[in-house]
Amino acid sequence: MKATDISRPDYFHKVVDCQWACPAHTPVPEYIRLIADKRYSDAYMINWKSNVFPGVLGRTCDRPCEPACRRGRVEEEPVAICRLKRVAADNKGDVVERMPQPAAALNGKKVACIGAGPASLTVARDLAPLGYEVHVFDGDKRAGGMIRSQIPRFRLPEEVIDEEVGFITRLGPVMHLEKWVDSLKDLMAEDYDAIFVGSGAPQGRDLDLPGRKEADANIHIGIQWLANVSFEHTNKIGRRVIVLGGGNTAMDCCRTARRLGGDDVKVIVRSGYEEMKASPWEKEDAVAEDIPILNYLVPKAFLHENGKLTGMVFEKVKAEYDDKGRRKLVPTGEPDETFECDDVLVAVGQENAFPWIERDCGLEFGKWDMPVVDEDTMQSSIPNVFFGGDAAFGPKNIIWAVAHGHAAAVSIDMFLSGEDVSQRPPPGVTITSQKMGIHEWSYDNDIANDVRYAVPHADKAARLKDIKMEAELGFDQELGFKEAQRCLNCDVQTVFNDKTCIECDACVDICPMDCITFTENGPEPELRQRLKQPATNPEQDIYVSPPLEETGRIMAKDEDVCLHCGLCAERCPTGAWDMQKYIIDIAQAGSCGRAG
Amino acid sequence: MTYILKPRMHHPALKTNALGLTRRDYEGKVSTLCAGCGHDSISAAIIQAAFELEVEPHRLAKMSGIGCSSKTPDYFLGQSHGFNTVHGRMPSVLTGANLANRDLIYLGVSGDGDSASIGLGQFAHSMRRGVNMTYIVENNGVYGLTKGQFSATSDKGSKSKKGVENTESGIDLVALALQLGATYVARSFSGDKGQLVPLIKGALRHHGPAFLDVISPCVAFNNHDGSTKSYDYVREHNEAVNRLDVITGQAAITAEYEPGELREVTQHDGSVLRLRKLGEDYDPTDRIAAANHVQESAAAGEISTGLLYVDPDASDLHDRLRTCETPLNQLSDADLVPGAKALAAINARLR
Repeated sequence: MKATDISRPDYFHKVVDCQWACPAHTPVPEYIRLIADKRYSDAYMINWKSNVFPGVLGRTCDRPCEPACRRGRVEEEPVAICRLKRVAADNKGDVVERMPQPAAALNGKKVACIGAGPASLTVARDLAPLGYEVHVFDGDKRAGGMIRSQIPRFRLPEEVIDEEVGFITRLGPVMHLEKWVDSLKDLMAEDYDAIFVGSGAPQGRDLDLPGRKEADANIHIGIQWLANVSFEHTNKIGRRVIVLGGGNTAMDCCRTARRLGGDDVKVIVRSGYEEMKASPWEKEDAVAEDIPILNYLVPKAFLHENGKLTGMVFEKVKAEYDDKGRRKLVPTGEPDETFECDDVLVAVGQENAFPWIERDCGLEFGKWDMPVVDEDTMQSSIPNVFFGGDAAFGPKNIIWAVAHGHAAAVSIDMFLSGEDVSQRPPPGVTITSQKMGIHEWSYDNDIANDVRYAVPHADKAARLKDIKMEAELGFDQELGFKEAQRCLNCDVQTVFNDKTCIECDACVDICPMDCITFTENGPEPELRQRLKQPATNPEQDIYVSPPLEETGRIMAKDEDVCLHCGLCAERCPTGAWDMQKYIIDIAQAGSCGRAG
Repeated sequence: MTYILKPRMHHPALKTNALGLTRRDYEGKVSTLCAGCGHDSISAAIIQAAFELEVEPHRLAKMSGIGCSSKTPDYFLGQSHGFNTVHGRMPSVLTGANLANRDLIYLGVSGDGDSASIGLGQFAHSMRRGVNMTYIVENNGVYGLTKGQFSATSDKGSKSKKGVENTESGIDLVALALQLGATYVARSFSGDKGQLVPLIKGALRHHGPAFLDVISPCVAFNNHDGSTKSYDYVREHNEAVNRLDVITGQAAITAEYEPGELREVTQHDGSVLRLRKLGEDYDPTDRIAAANHVQESAAAGEISTGLLYVDPDASDLHDRLRTCETPLNQLSDADLVPGAKALAAINARLR
């Protein structure tokens, strides 16, 4: 193998699995350390800079960081990163002072954002302080987009949304609420220098089955129904409710139905429990509220009497896999199953809809009638029209919308400064030794053996009665501290200096995870097998040194399960190992010195 | 030393041996020696050897004297018996323990001060008496605990950290052990576990006095230019006579060897020492040739390592004294107090 080039920003970034997995690349270990230190406002600001909605995301994020967390590979469960974010948000002080101020003067350039959801608001936050005149359009009365319309209040209180949306609106974007954009052509004809489309995926998929029309009064499309509940147009539902679908929207629907009078609510899904799209914790939360999830049942028909829904018929299926591992659901041949119900909520997916984009406006559409958008720059085929969030590549989640917003803001800023948007600004990287004394480090390198702490919930009977009562209480400061201590500080990197190594083996002997091997070099697949513990996780890199002076061997370290405990560095007599904190700052709009 | 304990967590794929123990189960407390000390590597090698040999921790007793080396039994085999004795007196205490309970595996750990200075007599007599033990000297050539004076094993002409030359002759413990009757004699280097671990395994399975001289650089006081026990010097002058594999059970030969390249020695307990020759033909069963070889290579400025001598049919102290086969703690009252009749019979024999 070639010696690892640790000056490449990606190398150590990838070791910080959580940050690498986060679409917005939030510096997770850095803010977790601050939470352990009770510096909640500092922790909040680190989050806010990267992901814009820490309070919202600390309750609702899809948490791509957690399956990536190294802790999940060295023991059972990852660090509860998402809920620690909430600890920072819940306990922060007044942070407005620390945020960017509205631009002192406008730079004369106008940007329109369509939709006031997380993607558009991120664009507004990034561009408004730089002097751009940002106009945000939304059909709803209040800004927030799906954060406000689709996520139930018992998961995300109104105040949290108001506060974090408020942090952005105070930066001075012009908010055009209850203003539905119905023509891209018209908007392009106005004097905007750039347009950002962050209009989401607002159309819930319907199920065209026998009886659908006849029983229409009691069949509701999930996301529309959730929005109606959210805006208080709907406040009750039948006693017996069937929710169709296995995604997070279905989970929100069933839990909402439980709070609006449904005492016999069940979720019925085509696939098996494991393959359901909903996040595992959302499924668990639903089950904990006495909502059974029935699997391998394909909806066949709505039953109705005198124009009123009475139940649904399902075909029983089983999963079969072909040679390529593709799943097919095939009927079991057993008799169909019928479930009685008063209402059905259809949450079987959502779609993009661009009826307001004229197909002759010059915008190129590709597969599935989706606009062609560059994945790095978010630029469409019209150079000054950018996309982000669910509008760009179909339904994803809030954190992806934020990441798209940041990328689009960088592009818009570059584009309107006459630069090539494909030349992305590099990240800022700092790496500093954490050594404070012979055996002292500036971070807590002692490994906590605690298993993951569960988030306390409000009393079940009480919360099921009140749709606005937040179901989760969140970690308090003490639990937050304990959970924070589980973080392995993966951003404190093991940095090796081959010039000072004397090959005494001290690091090899002390390493609790057997990550380090001194051996002859070889091709990677073969070398991986030869390490003290074979490196079987190909997604994790091997850190390889140049040949060592004394024996010509190399140092090979498997990054996979390193605890970042620093014992290699403590036992190293020559300081050939050092623990160095690696901070990578992903470039945002204006970070290239073009502010204003 | 470190301020934190070594984390309990281990690699998720860490192997277990037939006893269901991982290598980590053979560890002890965290070392308080200087960072980079060769002794810690020897401790790691002992841990590895005990794990591979599937030693039941409670069937092993580790004994030591005083010194940096003699602290190390605290850092390995934390579930085994241990006795940290008086300076230089490990061999006597170990001999006594061995006479009382011959069923345990005895591991003596000592240093060049403990064995070549204050304890030289004890070392000599335990070897010539043939105590069934593994005797490891962690040899760094200096008194590390008292800040780096030359020890009795420092080579004549080698230099201290401050540049002072040693004018006295060094004791070669390997040469002594060969002369005194050790029946398994090896030399190794703390920086070469590939060589050291099998040598320890072979010694633990040897029936008779097994002596290992392990050169173990003192990073604080004896790892400079002019030292003959530094990492650099030992790596440059290391001449291994063979490469050892210890085969217990029926492991097949995994690699292809040229005829004559392998020599197999079956020990008393059935374990096979498989020796791969390096360089010129070396017969590790010829004690006089071994003694010559060690001295010739020392004269040539080389450090001869590997399994230098083994007598697979060796006897031990118990064999020679014809002691009873049962450990003393397992003898019943009836065995120990045979009664007046038996006493009369013995007295009659002596009249």
